[in-house]
Amino acid sequence: MQAFTSHHGIVAPFDRANVDTDLIIPKQFLKAVKKTGFGPNLFDQLRYKDEGQLGMDNSKRPVNPDFVLNQKRYTNATILLARENFGCGSSREHAAWALLDYGFRVIVAPSFADIFYNNCFKNGMLPLVLLDMEIDELFQGVESGAVVELTVNLQAQEVRLAKGKNYHFEIDPFRKKCLLLGLDDIGLTLEKQQLIRDYERKQKEICPWLFEDIIV
Amino acid sequence: MSPKTLYDKLWDSHIVEKRDDGIALIYIDRHLLHEVTSPQAFEGMKIAGRTPWRTAANLATPDHNVPTTKSERLAGIDGIVDPLSKLQVEILDVNCKDLGIVQFGMEDVRQGIVHVVGPEQGLTQPGMTMVCGDSHTSTHGALGALAQGIGTSEVEHVLSTQCLLQKKSKNMLIQVNGQLATGVTAKDIVLHVIGVLGTAGGTGYTIEFAGEAIAALSIEGRMTVCNMAIEAGARAGLVAVDAKTVEFVKGRPLAPRGAMWDRAKDYWLTLVSDSDAVFDKVVQFDATQIEPQVTWGTSPEMVIGISGKVPTMGMMKTSSEKDSLGRALGYMGLSEGQSIKDIKLDRIFIGSCTNSRIEDLRAAAEIVKGKTVATSIKQALVVPGSGLVQQQAEKEGLAKIFVEAGFEWRQPGCSMCLAMNADKLGQGEHCASTSNRNFEGRQGFGGRTHLVSPIMAAAAAIAGHFVDIRSWK
Repeated sequence: MQAFTSHHGIVAPFDRANVDTDLIIPKQFLKAVKKTGFGPNLFDQLRYKDEGQLGMDNSKRPVNPDFVLNQKRYTNATILLARENFGCGSSREHAAWALLDYGFRVIVAPSFADIFYNNCFKNGMLPLVLLDMEIDELFQGVESGAVVELTVNLQAQEVRLAKGKNYHFEIDPFRKKCLLLGLDDIGLTLEKQQLIRDYERKQKEICPWLFEDIIV
Repeated sequence: MSPKTLYDKLWDSHIVEKRDDGIALIYIDRHLLHEVTSPQAFEGMKIAGRTPWRTAANLATPDHNVPTTKSERLAGIDGIVDPLSKLQVEILDVNCKDLGIVQFGMEDVRQGIVHVVGPEQGLTQPGMTMVCGDSHTSTHGALGALAQGIGTSEVEHVLSTQCLLQKKSKNMLIQVNGQLATGVTAKDIVLHVIGVLGTAGGTGYTIEFAGEAIAALSIEGRMTVCNMAIEAGARAGLVAVDAKTVEFVKGRPLAPRGAMWDRAKDYWLTLVSDSDAVFDKVVQFDATQIEPQVTWGTSPEMVIGISGKVPTMGMMKTSSEKDSLGRALGYMGLSEGQSIKDIKLDRIFIGSCTNSRIEDLRAAAEIVKGKTVATSIKQALVVPGSGLVQQQAEKEGLAKIFVEAGFEWRQPGCSMCLAMNADKLGQGEHCASTSNRNFEGRQGFGGRTHLVSPIMAAAAAIAGHFVDIRSWK
């Protein structure tokens, strides 16, 4: 996994609560069997005026000029500023893959849905939680043009605005460590092989039926 | 020993390692796989040079992409017209064959929606931890199993290690007191609960559903309730084990047998929250006050009773709420204060992991028996949850009742719940659907979903609009 230590980039404001993963990446794109290539269809229903399909030439599709990511000043955004309960709904990791493939490394919101939040960390992305008041300030700043870029320092757990203002954010220490070092969780778990075997042996005595093979 | 909730008991009995930083390595007893969220996990495992930790703890079945018309199903995988859908189903098939994972393939009568298949086969048992790369895995919690949806990276993690790294959730108790009125179902309970909690109300919690109204539900009904725990933001929903749970599992193909059965059963009956267990949050509901529910908007929390009206701007407190309402009304083509019964419907969908079990089909068939789908309805679909549900429904004559009333009787799969196959809504069409999500575009580009119970959907098909099922004749 790609490590995440700090990030500096343009921030795009997406002012909408309860953005669901169906909206982030619609179902027709889930037919792909790779983890990459979802970026051009991120927020497909909002970015374009027609119905997108996998493999379509997006440069020929009618663009929705009102959608925030279609505005020139946000073209190279790598930080998405969002509202509460971002990423609710389906567990599709394609939502995190689409945001990453588009170029986002950080999503800033007052709260996230659990499965989406977890999926981000598995892909070297930082879902960053700030207080409602701080989010409101950021939306005002970004929309007025006073705030264009942010610097996120994971080690210090700090978001820095150009004007010298800082916000502190909380993050679980284990997730922080995995991101900073770009650790592969499966590799980490496999270092505990002996503990897993010991658990299986003990549990098999208590609940042997749990270890019956699925044979049909 | 300090008192424990059911969730505490399930969590504690699966800890492989408790770490100092609040994360635990927990053991996963059963893993369900389907074609959409697994290809990248299998590929990742292969690239890393790993193999499944415990092959025989996995069970796969294709469901999201499979066609539901008989003609397309006759030729198995080769018959899938959409080349992309076909590729996913093929990749699942190849991966399962290569690794020796048991799969109920497209021609197998046991194929179906993963969350219908698991309980039906007795794969889902009380006290287990279960995962699947699908958020509606919460369904299995109805049997007292800790069941959670996971992303594809975690699918790979579970395949490779049979474990997950997790932080324990908080405990929430949803207590539904009293009895439901006739015509009010499990679906209405859970839609009403989501309406009150909101779609983020359960975030960070495991929800245990309890109380007289939950105890009175069948296991199928409890599955409907737990299925939608995720729509309130909770990864897992639970119902305590009781005699009904044990009876449900008994004799199913993968259930324990003989002396093992007796041991398992005794253990399962301990899987209830201790009477003095402490929950982080408790919310009480009065079942007698719950009406048949209909969603009017683009989130499951945008729901109201059948006698209600679409909310108005004046009722919204914050600008964010006003924005959400404005956007939802625009998308749904509804006006403020409009009566739910006046919404004109175009299609009906009875199916999905929420409501496609035999009990759901029996209830819906009872409503439509001897009646005819309204001429204004373009299509009314019934999609059974599995091949075995389909077989049973045909045997009981339910399929015939549906077909005679003007419904299309289809082959099992996820179908129009998420419209990954050919079953979808056209732009602007309204659908009474027994599924679980009414998000924008969920059932088709520009499609407008109204979530309801099977009997409400059945009655709406006949009337052409929503009706109060409590006064149905």
